[in-house]
Amino acid sequence: MFKWYGRKSFTPATRIGAFADHLRDGRIMASRCLGCGAQAFPPRADCDVCMHRAFEFVEISGRGHLHTHTRIEAAPTGFEAWAPYRIGVVDLEEGGRILAWFGEGISDDAIAIGMPVQLVPRILDEMEDIHVVCSIEPPGTTWQKHEAGAHAGVSSPGEHRPTPEEPIR
Amino acid sequence: MKGVAVIGVGHARFGRRPDASVQELAFEAFAEALADSGLERGAIDASVIAAVPEYHTQRSIAGVVQEYLGLLPQPTWLTEAACASGSAAIRTAWLSIQAGVHEVVAVVGCQKMTELSTQEVLGLMGRVGDVQWESCYGTTFPAYYAMFARRHMHEFGTTREQMWAVAVKNHHYGAQNPYAMFRKEITLEKAAAAEGVADPFTVYDCCANADGAACVILASADRARAGRRPPVWLTGMGAASSSMSVLRRPHLTGLPSAEQAAAEAYAMAGVRPADVQVADVHDCFTIAEIMAYEDLGFCARGEGGAFIAERKPYIGGPVAVNVDGGLKAKGHPIGATGVSMTVEIAKQLRGEAGDRQVPDARIGLTHNVGGIGQYCFVQVLSREPVHQ
Repeated sequence: MFKWYGRKSFTPATRIGAFADHLRDGRIMASRCLGCGAQAFPPRADCDVCMHRAFEFVEISGRGHLHTHTRIEAAPTGFEAWAPYRIGVVDLEEGGRILAWFGEGISDDAIAIGMPVQLVPRILDEMEDIHVVCSIEPPGTTWQKHEAGAHAGVSSPGEHRPTPEEPIR
Repeated sequence: MKGVAVIGVGHARFGRRPDASVQELAFEAFAEALADSGLERGAIDASVIAAVPEYHTQRSIAGVVQEYLGLLPQPTWLTEAACASGSAAIRTAWLSIQAGVHEVVAVVGCQKMTELSTQEVLGLMGRVGDVQWESCYGTTFPAYYAMFARRHMHEFGTTREQMWAVAVKNHHYGAQNPYAMFRKEITLEKAAAAEGVADPFTVYDCCANADGAACVILASADRARAGRRPPVWLTGMGAASSSMSVLRRPHLTGLPSAEQAAAEAYAMAGVRPADVQVADVHDCFTIAEIMAYEDLGFCARGEGGAFIAERKPYIGGPVAVNVDGGLKAKGHPIGATGVSMTVEIAKQLRGEAGDRQVPDARIGLTHNVGGIGQYCFVQVLSREPVHQ
């Protein structure tokens, strides 16, 4: 259910929707193309290397280095109550980048471009609906992982193969 | 012979314009361009409207503008590429003339940014990035460029003072431009002391939303030579795109789309960056102008901060940049901005820029960016149809 991802969702429907289910189970997933093996983060359903349309999720460590960051004072609609908040872009160890907020484990004056960080899955319990996010935390931060679908009401996230109606190259 | 030239230019006053509707702003610019060209309305074969439709309450904006300008029944269409809509529209008009379909085309960029409520604009502002992976964390336009700035500072030692120096320059020239939104000088101290937006930016690092319109009339070579005004030739037309998501960019210290578009424009025109005497670049944020110096080859990557600190983009330096005030001081009515750039450079090459005239300007350039670099269009303009 991709509508769970982020503090405010703009993308209710996507073929990589189970990314959010995995995140809720404590796993950060990249996609791997079943045609050519190309790995992508953020994950994507359709391969931009070989045009193949089937993929599987592969877990990544969430370790990386801070690429850049800013603190947003003037927030867009839906984020006003949180302002100011600090966002960062992280280069992931297994390739790709992610944009996320800093967690409480990293104070503003400790933030430096190039610093090693750990992305950690978080379920935001202060909000009414389910929201799962990645949080930028100090290296070595640990968290609990669950078996796939262990949460009540969570659909079982397996690999996604196109239905017979979908063309496969 | 082939070739396309600017034969008429017009500009509405940019700024808060509660006195006029979007089509009235368009008329203000179009009437001036038509008079400048000396043409009758019937001589215009088609019009291309540049605007970003989601900011207007009126839908099908091209139709409404076309009707109000009195250009019926000639064809019209809208070209949209976010903040680069103006240059994208000039490109489609140029293509239609190059293809031999039309001889004379009016390009009208027009935008009312103050029509929607602040709340509605903030809602739109929250969706400028990739909504699936980035906007869901509350990103904003300034935040993206602030992150480019942080990375630029980290890699090259660029300073906040160097960025504010861009704002000081652009306000200096904007103060002399009768069409500009902010006609006052600012100081480094004032920029530094201003309210924060997204660190390292204060409000003086950011351009302002504005209402406004600008118009250029383009013509084929034969029609341009028979015109009333000295033609200004579009000799290099470059265009490129970059990934929507900053998570997929090769680097965050410049815009790959701008580098690519510039290389194409220079190659088509047969000129080098050092040949450009006057340029209008997309300074939506101060760091954007510094990155533009580098992306356009006015200086090497990483040297943009020193370039402004040494006053090289002032009149009298190797290339005069944004001597109409840029987006920063002129204001940024997004659909009109790219057209306004071409108006300014055409005036410079015709020697009609008054106190802001770059001496003997023969080769000029525009650099118009959409979004955070998803789209980029670079034009080389010249007094001569081909460079020797």
